Amino acid sequence: MTMHAQGLLSRRSFTAGALALVACPARAVDLTSDVAAAVDRILAGRKAAGSGIRLTAPETAENGAQVPVTLGVEGALTRERHVTALHLVATRNPTPGVASFELSPASGTAVVTTRIRLAEGQQLLAFAEWSDGTVWSTSVDVKVSVGGCLT
Amino acid sequence: MSTPRIRVPAAAKAGEIIEVRTLIDHPMETGLRRDARGQPIPRNMLSRFTASLDGEQVFAARFANGTAANPALTFHVRIEKSAELVCTWTGDNGQALARTRTPIRLSS
Repeated sequence: MTMHAQGLLSRRSFTAGALALVACPARAVDLTSDVAAAVDRILAGRKAAGSGIRLTAPETAENGAQVPVTLGVEGALTRERHVTALHLVATRNPTPGVASFELSPASGTAVVTTRIRLAEGQQLLAFAEWSDGTVWSTSVDVKVSVGGCLT
Repeated sequence: MSTPRIRVPAAAKAGEIIEVRTLIDHPMETGLRRDARGQPIPRNMLSRFTASLDGEQVFAARFANGTAANPALTFHVRIEKSAELVCTWTGDNGQALARTRTPIRLSS
């Protein structure tokens, strides 16, 4: 009886813990110094806010050498307020910076799709820089079946 | 050597945002890999892509090591008038390796 109650309790606390992890995935990562340096270069002393930025990648990439990724901000850009740059950072590649994109009001909408290499399963980070200086960021976890042969 | 491919609509309405798809054959060798005999494979990377409409840059990309071989890029541009879309791929050495010129006509 006591044993049973004990089991129920720990299962409950496990579920609560798992939910907490799902709720704040970005906090669960320990950035290496290389990744932190790459992120610092993008932020340049600013704070990133999470909001309307989208980063889409397969949950499991079969081939790490060709992983399709879409990042950006939906909606039309205006001359007054537009996205000036998008950045993609890989947290467990030999080189963290993957690509940066420069945009202008003439880009129309700040959504970019490309294909990247991932050495192993990891978290990807995306950043959007706005013309008024604000930065948005988001992250996504990608599992990789066969690594992308970066070394 | 590198054959670039571009897909855009031939015509667009004024103010329309169109999708541009590009693809180029390129190994994107990082210089970090070794061949079967353990010899380092020399670096051979594209580092930059630019797209301009009648000479004005509308989109650009800077590639680091994480970009896959045969870089594919899909992005958007807003069309205000008939214009020529020029896409340029540039290597690590600063040399333009490929360039495409695509006219986009304004439809009524």
